[in-house]
Amino acid sequence: MASIKIRAKAKDGVTTVKTLMSHPMETGLRKDSKTGKKIPAHHITEVTAEHNGNTVMTANWGGAISKNPYLSFKFKGAASGDKIKITWVDNMGKGDSAEAAIK
Amino acid sequence: MNLLRRKFIKTAAFVGATVSAVGTGILIPQRALGAYTKAAFDAKDVSGALTAAMGTDQHTASDAIKLKAPDIAENGAVVPITVSSTMGNIDAISIIASANDSPMTSTYMLTSACEPFVSTRIKMAKTSDVLAVVKADGKLYSAAKEVKVTIGGCGG
Repeated sequence: MASIKIRAKAKDGVTTVKTLMSHPMETGLRKDSKTGKKIPAHHITEVTAEHNGNTVMTANWGGAISKNPYLSFKFKGAASGDKIKITWVDNMGKGDSAEAAIK
Repeated sequence: MNLLRRKFIKTAAFVGATVSAVGTGILIPQRALGAYTKAAFDAKDVSGALTAAMGTDQHTASDAIKLKAPDIAENGAVVPITVSSTMGNIDAISIIASANDSPMTSTYMLTSACEPFVSTRIKMAKTSDVLAVVKADGKLYSAAKEVKVTIGGCGG
């Protein structure tokens, strides 16, 4: 599945990870302009980043993260060629994950 | 004919059972992994959100936290926020948009391998302070910046 894009680059021992996920991120507050009914909340609740199988960062998200979320973070101890894996789960129980090699 | 139908139903039931078994198998460990604090996102005020996410709402302003946010956000649906810090022993970072219906936007649990840096894009309902709260050595430190929003991003 291609709902996650990952760019990871190691420089001077610090790896910068940038990810883009495609997700509607509905807050549950927005109304449908035609029917006037509220659009139910549908957003990512958890994002996990793993480096070679070890969790380095976990994010808890609410509906106030923008549509098609962007997330960037940095961590130490990875070398180029290592694997970085990003997993997300949303409030409807759906999820996706993707893996990329660190440059 | 009848036999075939029977076989079809059996196969369908079997496939259904396998799918649901695999489904729960995947979901349970992920749920248990990060202990998602739903209460923090349901809270309607800043102190309630902080208490639910970090255990306390007592925080002191600190120069060691750098909060990068635009002065004016033309579109409240996409406000780029970057939080970085020079502090050590950081466990978690929260980004709060104080005037949102639910102020808590996100919390990041950092392991010891992480550099104190997160960057993301948040939605803001109206002009308000964005608060970056950092938990280091069990205490909360914060930095705030006002972002003017010309078009709100939370619908309504």
